[in-house]
Amino acid sequence: MNVLSDNFAMFREGFLGTVELTALSAALALVLGTLIAAFRVSPVPALRIFGTAWVTLLRNTPLVLLFLAVTLGLPALGLKGWDSFWLAVMALGCYTSAFICEAIRSGINTVPVGQAEAARSIGMTFNQTLGQIVLPQAARTAIPPIGSLMIALAKNTAIASGFNVTELGSVQKTLNAASGYDIYVIFLWIAVCYIIITFTISGLFRLLENRLAVAR
Amino acid sequence: MSEVSVTKDATPVADALVVLNNVNKHFGALHVLQDIDLTIARGEVVVVIGPSGSGKSTLCRTINRLETTDSGTISIDGKPLPQEGRELARLRADVGMVFQSFNLFAHKTVLENVTLGQVKVRKTDRKTAETKARSLLDRVGVGAQADKYPAQLSGGQQQRVAIARALAMDPKVMLFDEPTSALDPEMINEVLEVMRQLAADGMTMVVVTHEMGFARSAANRVVFMADGKIVEEARPDQFFANPRSDRAKDFLSKILHH
Repeated sequence: MNVLSDNFAMFREGFLGTVELTALSAALALVLGTLIAAFRVSPVPALRIFGTAWVTLLRNTPLVLLFLAVTLGLPALGLKGWDSFWLAVMALGCYTSAFICEAIRSGINTVPVGQAEAARSIGMTFNQTLGQIVLPQAARTAIPPIGSLMIALAKNTAIASGFNVTELGSVQKTLNAASGYDIYVIFLWIAVCYIIITFTISGLFRLLENRLAVAR
Repeated sequence: MSEVSVTKDATPVADALVVLNNVNKHFGALHVLQDIDLTIARGEVVVVIGPSGSGKSTLCRTINRLETTDSGTISIDGKPLPQEGRELARLRADVGMVFQSFNLFAHKTVLENVTLGQVKVRKTDRKTAETKARSLLDRVGVGAQADKYPAQLSGGQQQRVAIARALAMDPKVMLFDEPTSALDPEMINEVLEVMRQLAADGMTMVVVTHEMGFARSAANRVVFMADGKIVEEARPDQFFANPRSDRAKDFLSKILHH
């Protein structure tokens, strides 16, 4: 009796659920994180304050609490009808964005100030300076920590199983309840699924790192 | 130490391009620019010299507001320097700046360095921008390096690319902040030669430098600064042959006889 072959459809669904949740949360986290990092280095004080508050709040909140806030808080505020998958993307994306922001900001800080001065002195605006000159160079430094954050995000998606989202964690819960299978074997196969995801992420980031290293 | 009042025996300014009026700046307790009045005429080459820490680099950087000022006004071509934002960016595009440490965009090729401002700021189409960039790179003698990255070039070549990058914006005035101070001695001349050519072509230039030879041969006026003040202004031949202030005499005796 093999857990994997007996329940292959369920494993596949769980695996795809985790991949989808990771990919969409990662996209949200990268976009938000870059935006918030731009806020934090902006010359406009209100944006800087907003960026700092965003990071401080999200970085210090337990993820489960954030899930609770999103699944219970948003409907209470009148935002009903979101399905639990998208609520999970929102919670994971916002949470991870705080860390991405700080990784990008550490990259920004490694770009010599003369680069931005040169850009400003040929008449580029703040947005152009950041987008054309500073961020592309900051990326080289920020990519390795962002890779780690993406792997952490992939593992954090397991929390979503507690909030009605189909992913690898929910496979384990269902199969445990079904009984008859060795619990260790279930965990082993789930671990294999996570290993596939994390190795893919680290491989992608190694490729990215190599590409950026050449362009100089 | 006797103080000589600042004398302005350079030609009276008919067509003022850059005007600094009573500019003051502090770095904490240090009063780095003290009541600076300076007018630069169109086509004039002004060389600013003085001991380190005298405020000459800061003066140069205030002209395109890379350094803010505490009081006083700066205007370029009749327009006061805006505080910040798009207006300031537009005005900066008209003021070329060359830095001591080149500051070429490290992740862009030489050609991209010279086209970027034209395309993004001047909204020139890419083809026209490239043609212009190549001709400017040829003019400063680094045309063959167009597709390399800055790190692959020597310091002298990088600085000449930086000059081409500034020229690509068709600036009204060029600011040089110690352009040869980071260069090996053998590369200094290739950069100075480009600057001399630029001066001969009638570009308005403000040059902060320690190269007295350049000051002698290319400047219309020498501005000597010490301790945040303009101590003396004169034509280069007068200044070097017959400095009036003790501070300038002292400075020249230290650098010219060794």
